[in-house]
Amino acid sequence: MTRVLLLPLLAALLFAGCTGDGGKADAGAEEITITGAGASFPYPLISKWSYEYHKLKPNIKINYQSIGSGGGIKQTMAKTVDFGASDAPLKEEEYRKMEGILHIPETIGAVVVVYNLPGVENKLRLSGEVVADIFLGKITKWNDPRIVELNPHVDLPDEQIIVVHRSDGSGTTFVFSDYLSAVSPEWREKVGKGKSLSWPLGLGGKGNEGVSGLVKQNPYSIGYVELAYAIENRISYARIKNRAGNFVEPSIESVAAAAAGAVATLPKGDESWAKVSIVNAPGENAYPISSFTYLLVYRDLAVIPGMTEAKAKALVEFLWWVIHDGQKYAPELHYAPLPEEVVKLNEETIRLITYQGKSLL
Amino acid sequence: MKLRVPSFSILNGKSWKFTHDTLFQIFLGVISIISVIVLAALLLRELIKGSWPALSTFGLEFLFSTAWNPVTGEFGALPFIYGTIVSSMLALLIGVPLSLGIAVYLTEIASSRVRAILSPVVELLAAIPSVIIGLWGIFVLAPFVREHLAPPLMNYLGFLPLFKGPAYGYSVLTAGLVLAIMIIPIISSVSREAILAVPSLQKEGALALGATRFETIISVVLPYAKGAIFGAVMLGLGRAIGETMAVTMVIGNNPQIFTSLLHPGYTMAAVIANEFTEATDDVYLAALIEIGLVLFAISMVVNIIARVITWKYLKLEEGLS
Repeated sequence: MTRVLLLPLLAALLFAGCTGDGGKADAGAEEITITGAGASFPYPLISKWSYEYHKLKPNIKINYQSIGSGGGIKQTMAKTVDFGASDAPLKEEEYRKMEGILHIPETIGAVVVVYNLPGVENKLRLSGEVVADIFLGKITKWNDPRIVELNPHVDLPDEQIIVVHRSDGSGTTFVFSDYLSAVSPEWREKVGKGKSLSWPLGLGGKGNEGVSGLVKQNPYSIGYVELAYAIENRISYARIKNRAGNFVEPSIESVAAAAAGAVATLPKGDESWAKVSIVNAPGENAYPISSFTYLLVYRDLAVIPGMTEAKAKALVEFLWWVIHDGQKYAPELHYAPLPEEVVKLNEETIRLITYQGKSLL
Repeated sequence: MKLRVPSFSILNGKSWKFTHDTLFQIFLGVISIISVIVLAALLLRELIKGSWPALSTFGLEFLFSTAWNPVTGEFGALPFIYGTIVSSMLALLIGVPLSLGIAVYLTEIASSRVRAILSPVVELLAAIPSVIIGLWGIFVLAPFVREHLAPPLMNYLGFLPLFKGPAYGYSVLTAGLVLAIMIIPIISSVSREAILAVPSLQKEGALALGATRFETIISVVLPYAKGAIFGAVMLGLGRAIGETMAVTMVIGNNPQIFTSLLHPGYTMAAVIANEFTEATDDVYLAALIEIGLVLFAISMVVNIIARVITWKYLKLEEGLS
């Protein structure tokens, strides 16, 4: 009986082995593995890219480890990976330390303000100043006149607001605090922006799942998570007042609009991006809590130990594919595709990449 | 007890045995001492080297400061030390009586059939990964604490600073409960072994003198096994101090010092797990490593105290017998 079952299984395995080898033989090219490390925020998208690109070019494997932006920057600095990824641009001093580093924004993410108010689903409107004062502990009740003023048609309860934030260091916190610093001078002075903060009050949840769990379980709470996470878990989120004065719902379109609005102010790929921020971007329909996330690549790839010309060429071709064809995979994963102007900027940046001074494209 | 080595005709039996045994003993001794010392020294060296930027910036102030601000680069470990100690003590307070009850019941009272079913179940608790216990904490225990445990505590004991509201469910108390669940299997199984090792002559003697079962357990069994039980408790404490994932998920991660057990807190292991991956700044990273150093030191001290006390008891028992 077992033998009867085993035989086809063995046959199938053998057959699978054959086709596997056959595929390799067809490609007829050298196996190349490109390694990258860094931010966990773009991980789902990068892993989709590496899967699709491997289907396209079976001899090239992209191995991306989502160890966090901090680790990504450190490994890029130590030149132990072929490319890094970070949610925040390099700080001025990091940029100066890593000679010849290039920033390539690869996609756009957004942070949404989520809340748990029984009976008020997705109707709440908030402004940046009000959000900042809630997270500073200055607005403590849901029926505070300043919230009522923004929501005249919503029945707001006389309840204490429970503030929830991320406890782990994360790019999400960076973008959120970058926005609050941009709209509230008091926030900028008392708390500032960073991946981890000294929070004036509130509960800390680990990861997006920790924050959304706390918000879902505690009525009258407010927190912030990534856009994709809020959409997939159907948590109520607020419309945020943008610079043009409109209340904008977070969506792929409104996030892309924010990036397009900021294009004119972007530096070149080989300059410092430390001051780049697309929070509170101008534009009628721009969602104000948005941010680029970056790939970090050295201008001359020969500085990385073990790099060969073939590998450098493969990496550059992969980057080129990412900013063009790769962008079509972004919307299904709730990332906003890059606006055309940013793609153009990235094209220039990628053309700068060389191997021992030799152009690769 | 000496091992008998058969003598060989070629060599003088006695001298062969001497060199063979002594060499072997020295060999094993050197191996065990070197491996322990080298490991501990390497660990300590790495921790001190890694935390040097913070050690030299903050000095002793680090241990007493309550500031933790990665944006401005001010770091102090006191809230984390406080949270670790309070949550671990709470875990012992809840876990030790339960564990001892389980151990006594399984060894002295339960029928062999009940024992055969119950003891593996208790030990199985130890096999649950801590992240699973943490998830259970988020979805079951934290809501339970918020809705059913905290309200009566606040109503009847709210006059004590220990039980002041508001209660969010994510608190030092919840962390203590989760830790108690995690240390029960360790403490109860080690104490069970200790109680099993109590000679039956002792128990029979007490029973023959007319002691009830309860009196026998209280006045003969537990005192006899005291040293080993204490060791078991310290093992549990060691686990509670170092536990990371489950605590991070339920403690609320708030680096401030509150007297209320219903308020969120933070532990040393939790802050390392939370912030290590995204710490880019040198001093920030060093401060996290220094927290690791403090955690290492506290665990060492706890273990040394446990050893010393266990030795004392053992000596006492040797003296008695």
